[in-house]
Amino acid sequence: MDQNFNNKKPDISADKEVVDTSRRKFLRNTGIATGGVVGGAVLGGLLANPFKSHEPATTMATEHPEPINYAESLTFFRRQKDFDALSAATEVIYPEDANGPGAIALGVPYFIDKQLASPWGSNADDYRKPPFKNGQTPLTRGDIFLQGVRKLNEISENEHEVLFKDLEEDKQFAVLERFMKGEVEMNLVISAEFFALLKSSTLAGCYADPLYGGNKDMAGWKMKEYPGSQMSYIDMIEADEFILIEPRSVGGHKH
Amino acid sequence: MVTKLPKVDVVTTGVGWTGGIVAAELTKAGYKVVGLERGEDRTIEDYLHGHDELKYNQRKELMQKLTKDTITWRNTMDQDAVPVRDEEAFVVGTGVGGGGAHWGAQTYRYFPYDFEIKSKTIERYGESKIPKDMLIQDWGLSYDEIEPYYSKFEQMAGVSGEEDPLAGPRSIPYPTPPMKKNRPMRLFHEAAEKLGYHPYVVPAGTVSEVYTNPDGETLNACQYCSFCGNYGCEYGAKADPVVTVVPTAKKTGNFELRTNCLVTRVLYDGDKATGVLYKDTRTGEEFEQPAEIVAMTSYVFNNIRLLLLSGIGEPYDPKTGKGIIGKNYVDHHTIMGATGFFDEKFNLYAGTGALGSAFTDYCADNFDHSDVDFIHGGQIEIHIMGNEPIANNPVPAGTPAFGKEFKEKSLHYSNRTLSVVSQRAFMPWKNHYLDLDPAYTDDNGDPLIRVTFDYTDQDCNLNEFLADKCAGVLKEMGAEIIDKHPMPEHFGGRFTFQHDSGGAIMGSSPENSAVNNYLQMWDVDNLFVCGASAFPHFGPTNPTPTTAALTYRATEGMIEYLKNGGGQLVKTGKETQNV
Repeated sequence: MDQNFNNKKPDISADKEVVDTSRRKFLRNTGIATGGVVGGAVLGGLLANPFKSHEPATTMATEHPEPINYAESLTFFRRQKDFDALSAATEVIYPEDANGPGAIALGVPYFIDKQLASPWGSNADDYRKPPFKNGQTPLTRGDIFLQGVRKLNEISENEHEVLFKDLEEDKQFAVLERFMKGEVEMNLVISAEFFALLKSSTLAGCYADPLYGGNKDMAGWKMKEYPGSQMSYIDMIEADEFILIEPRSVGGHKH
Repeated sequence: MVTKLPKVDVVTTGVGWTGGIVAAELTKAGYKVVGLERGEDRTIEDYLHGHDELKYNQRKELMQKLTKDTITWRNTMDQDAVPVRDEEAFVVGTGVGGGGAHWGAQTYRYFPYDFEIKSKTIERYGESKIPKDMLIQDWGLSYDEIEPYYSKFEQMAGVSGEEDPLAGPRSIPYPTPPMKKNRPMRLFHEAAEKLGYHPYVVPAGTVSEVYTNPDGETLNACQYCSFCGNYGCEYGAKADPVVTVVPTAKKTGNFELRTNCLVTRVLYDGDKATGVLYKDTRTGEEFEQPAEIVAMTSYVFNNIRLLLLSGIGEPYDPKTGKGIIGKNYVDHHTIMGATGFFDEKFNLYAGTGALGSAFTDYCADNFDHSDVDFIHGGQIEIHIMGNEPIANNPVPAGTPAFGKEFKEKSLHYSNRTLSVVSQRAFMPWKNHYLDLDPAYTDDNGDPLIRVTFDYTDQDCNLNEFLADKCAGVLKEMGAEIIDKHPMPEHFGGRFTFQHDSGGAIMGSSPENSAVNNYLQMWDVDNLFVCGASAFPHFGPTNPTPTTAALTYRATEGMIEYLKNGGGQLVKTGKETQNV
């Protein structure tokens, strides 16, 4: 019983990706996504079939045909290259595999971007008075991430003439390992500290409540067979067998 | 410009467990109490949307922000200390309820041996058993003397438990039955019994059934929802000042709670504490609150810092051994043992901050120490607190730290990993102490408190001894792979669950202690320093019940003091009370 999730839904967000891509292409071709004027009935007729046939046509006509996730936009990072290196690094740390989605499909890069734009990213709750000594860094978490992801690209370009995102996976792994061991020269911070922050933030993005933008569709929890925010386990606490419970988000309690 | 306010009977510096207990007991006795709390006001309504690991467990929503104030630490006296900058490494509660809001609510008593550790050690093993710089001493009261106050705390908090057959005698049973046993606990009990130990279900302030305490406050039944330690309980099922002593104090009409009020000095005229100076943290406005009694009810670090900043008592000097304030500081953040990786899957997502089982066969002086190179010992225990997914990604030693294999193994073992650990007693040493940091200050320009602490041979030998026992239990429980936790060479400055003690220790005379066994300062009759700051050493387990028991005793002393119009409650040199 405990393997049910994975058997039923081998790869939740990979499936979704396929649907989304083809839907986007379809919409682009029909001009709908770019603002072409199409009557509600026509649009409903066009869309109902290829996708969810059980959805009434009127629903598709009155709502946006493909809900754009406006939250998947950059709030902290400015340069696309930086964000791409971050995304690739999170995926190396937590790759897509037979268990399910990797960090990118779970929304981890956007999760980290938002966290870095929050008070946490600027260490607003931390003690910041100088002097910084004995290896303590004066940099904020945001500073460390920016410098770190640029260093990922710099090393890849210097040694392999491609950006970090375009490096083969084993080489990406090897580069991250050097950061982890503190072997990469960084300014005012040791590379092991950047790596530790990257790894902990990646795992937080995989497994935090989806309300923060990661752990998309609670797929991180499903892989871990973690039930999320339940209100009570009193009825099963003494059970002998493992009990798989459909996960629930904090936000799920409103619905 | 300081505004001087009308005098009250008692003022407390903080409203957590100790401040709440002082407020409840003194207001019930008819005295006017003002509670000054630097943080916000709270009720259990604040916890309704609280099942959020990132916010509460990772980012420490309920804890003191370090922006304005932190501690510094170092291992040895020849080093420069550095501040703890990141909340992730420093947990101290703030807001009404304090540490009592975020605690996991494990509620052990210390052992008769703890309270008379020096005489009992010498009696059984001779003076030579105690290393030269180990500063253990008897506490100035016996287990039998503190026992009624332990019971009083347990009755107030509704503690759920079963008797540890190897612990000190109890005058009354626990007020509520023990927590339910889950499968890992059952495996632990079976294994421990087979190995000849005496397992018991640990006492918990996550209350097993609806309970109304002697003050008329009702605690609800714990739901085992897992969002417990580092969280507040939305059910009101975890003993918390906010659902117990604070409402008790409020309903007397004698308690005034003032939040966002940071006490910056105890005012001292060379004889008595005349009151406190505090600041409204929002406006910066300063107030003087005069009081007949000042009850210092902040956490260990702040109790000691306020004493030092206020020029009360003689600061401890490790070079000469003179002075008392800051002496016998002990950190208790090193809980280790072994982790077992199993084939079987467990429901590890379900638990409470206090759900677990333990045995104390290797604790206190429950076994013969003649052939071991340490004193005291530790409790061996298993806890199922509800493994949260960000914090728990267990992999056997040798697994890569990230990537495919890490993901595969961490997912596989998420519900297949059990740790058996030892909570150990920590001893005080000559060179471990608290003082004011010479370099770092808070926002007011006041020096931070500085910790000097490291591990000793006693700690390492004891850990090695107990880690083997932990591994032995895991083996008997059926673990396929067992990784023992290696003891780090040095203390690493992680203060992650509010287990510190000492600095204003209790004892039998002003020669060996700062406070008497009512937590009344020897030098300053109307100043009571409540908290684990009074422990001469850190007992094996969580400090709250002992802290609370001592505070209950202190409130009796305060009432006596107010009735009699002042005076020392304990005659110098006498170990027992004279009230």
